[in-house]
Amino acid sequence: MAAKPKPRVKVPKTAKAGETIVIKTLISHKMESGQRKDKEGKIIPRKIINKFTCEFNGEPVFSCDMDPAISANPYFEFRAKVPESGMFKFSWVDDDGSVYTDEQKIEVS
Amino acid sequence: MNLNRRQALALSAGAVAFATTGFTALPANAAAEETAKRITEFAGGKEPGTGKITLTAPEIAENGNTVPISVKVESAMSGDDMVESVLILADGNPNPDVATFNFTAMSGVAEATTRMRLAKTQTVYAVAKMADGSTFVDKKEVKVTIGGCGG
Amino acid sequence: MKKISLAVAAVATMVSSSVVSAYADPVDDKLVIDGQEMITRAPAPEGHPFKEVLSGWLFREPETRELEADSFQNSGMLYVERGQEIWNTVEGSKGKSCASCHNDAAESMKGISAHYPKWDADAKRPINIELQIDKCRTQNMGAEAYKFDAPEQKALTTFIKYQSLGAPVKLDLKQGEMQSWWDRGKKEYYTRTGQLNLACASCHEASMGKHIRADHLSQGQANGFPTYRLKQADMVSLHNRLRGCIRDTRAEMPKPFSDELMALEVYVTWRGTGLSVETPAVRQ
Ligand code: HEC
Ligand code: HEC
Repeated sequence: MAAKPKPRVKVPKTAKAGETIVIKTLISHKMESGQRKDKEGKIIPRKIINKFTCEFNGEPVFSCDMDPAISANPYFEFRAKVPESGMFKFSWVDDDGSVYTDEQKIEVS
Repeated sequence: MNLNRRQALALSAGAVAFATTGFTALPANAAAEETAKRITEFAGGKEPGTGKITLTAPEIAENGNTVPISVKVESAMSGDDMVESVLILADGNPNPDVATFNFTAMSGVAEATTRMRLAKTQTVYAVAKMADGSTFVDKKEVKVTIGGCGG
Repeated sequence: MKKISLAVAAVATMVSSSVVSAYADPVDDKLVIDGQEMITRAPAPEGHPFKEVLSGWLFREPETRELEADSFQNSGMLYVERGQEIWNTVEGSKGKSCASCHNDAAESMKGISAHYPKWDADAKRPINIELQIDKCRTQNMGAEAYKFDAPEQKALTTFIKYQSLGAPVKLDLKQGEMQSWWDRGKKEYYTRTGQLNLACASCHEASMGKHIRADHLSQGQANGFPTYRLKQADMVSLHNRLRGCIRDTRAEMPKPFSDELMALEVYVTWRGTGLSVETPAVRQ
């Protein structure tokens, strides 16, 4: 898709203190591997998202370093242990230096 | 109106030409050697142990462009019993590197899922590194099939 | 590279005992998307060659089925979201967006796609959602028609069809001359073409349930389009797919939205009568 990569994030709205929750993330991105050729036979330059991170209230939760073998529209599913209410922050770093971000609040009782 | 053998043969040969997704495979030996080297480097020169880590991948991928894989490592995720990272490699891709998952105590459980590209039938490896430096490996062969046709 | 892989495949197929292998049943599984159960098996309408019509979802591997069942994991949903943005974007000389006239698509577009293609009295031919969008763009917005398979066309079509998720496909063949287009589509469906001398029915009727190499042949239903295909990692429109199926028989590919493909769309859609609209379906 030509439009700017758009993240989608799924985090439960509420959780119990100390509970381990499931987080899912998806972002629209071609993940151009740098291996494909165009119609003239020229290599299409690599352009991927190379890093994904998830933080909770400023603390690292999970991250992933990516290579071109990650599929287009990168998807992640992972866990997080939530001690208190707060904010999840997600970021995706593009080869061209762009950073796409999203935030989600969670109420912990 | 059934497909006869000649038609089916012609179709499957054609499908290969269309199936080139731009993700070409290396000669088998070079890729496998490269993968073995990466694992040894990651494990600090030692042989990783087995057990503790489970890699889940389909036996047969309907399309090599999007293959779901999951890893799970048994660990308390606190103190010394802590998974720091999991390296994913594939020994038949142009480059064996796929991804590295990094976990923290906040992860709660060392478990993650993503989707990857596989250029052909090959073995996927997952190597976990614990806080104490020990490493564990699991692997799965994934058959990547060539579609019959249908655009 | 292509030549090499062709040669390899030829050898491989000669070694393997058969290319079209034995019949395998579609799975006995339920497709539930966000709590709503999809109709993936329906009694066939009168005059249909099968007793039961089956969604292509039932022929896919578990991992592919799972991708469609989880509306979060389904990458097609990215295009639904993109389509919603386009819906709300002003374009063209009249300063209007789709929403200017149709407001909230969740209400105004709910269920309508289950009845497409439908008769267009102005054009005197059946139109699909893509053509209806172009009609509104040119006549109501002063904007240009989309190029075939433009990313915006695919996203907006996906968004509109998604508003009918779950609704059973039902065409009204009594409108205008729909019946004669259905007749024409049926004729095309059973006509062998191309160097390989194959008809749609050779694969999707006579060989339904068998494997062509890795592909488990379905009934070739249209209810999930545009579909998110793992192969392209992108949305694939129905006319793109039909052209692909025709190309594989080594026949000339008709133009998108041509009479030939519109007739085929009418007939193929009818063959899926009673199945839920599954857009965006996920296929291999
Ligand atoms: C100036 C007003 C106007 C604008 C702007 C407009 N439309 Fe329409 N649209 C109409 C009218 C009028 C009809 C015909 C109403 C009817 O007969 O159901 C229609 C019909 C439709 C239908 C068929 C509904 C059905 O029941 O079959 C669809 C789908 C549609 N429009 C989509 C769109 C999209 C997508 C856009 C933006 C690209 C758009 N329209 C922009 C006025 C508009
Ligand atoms: C040589 C065999 C072959 C022929 C001939 C063929 N197809 Fe297909 N078609 C396939 C295969 C293989 C697939 C992918 C697997 C499946 O869904 O059956 C497919 C998929 C489809 C799909 C997508 C199904 C879904 O669930 O998304 C449609 C629609 C379709 N075909 C329609 C047609 C039409 C219409 C024709 C005639 C113009 C045709 N096909 C001719 C082999 C064929």
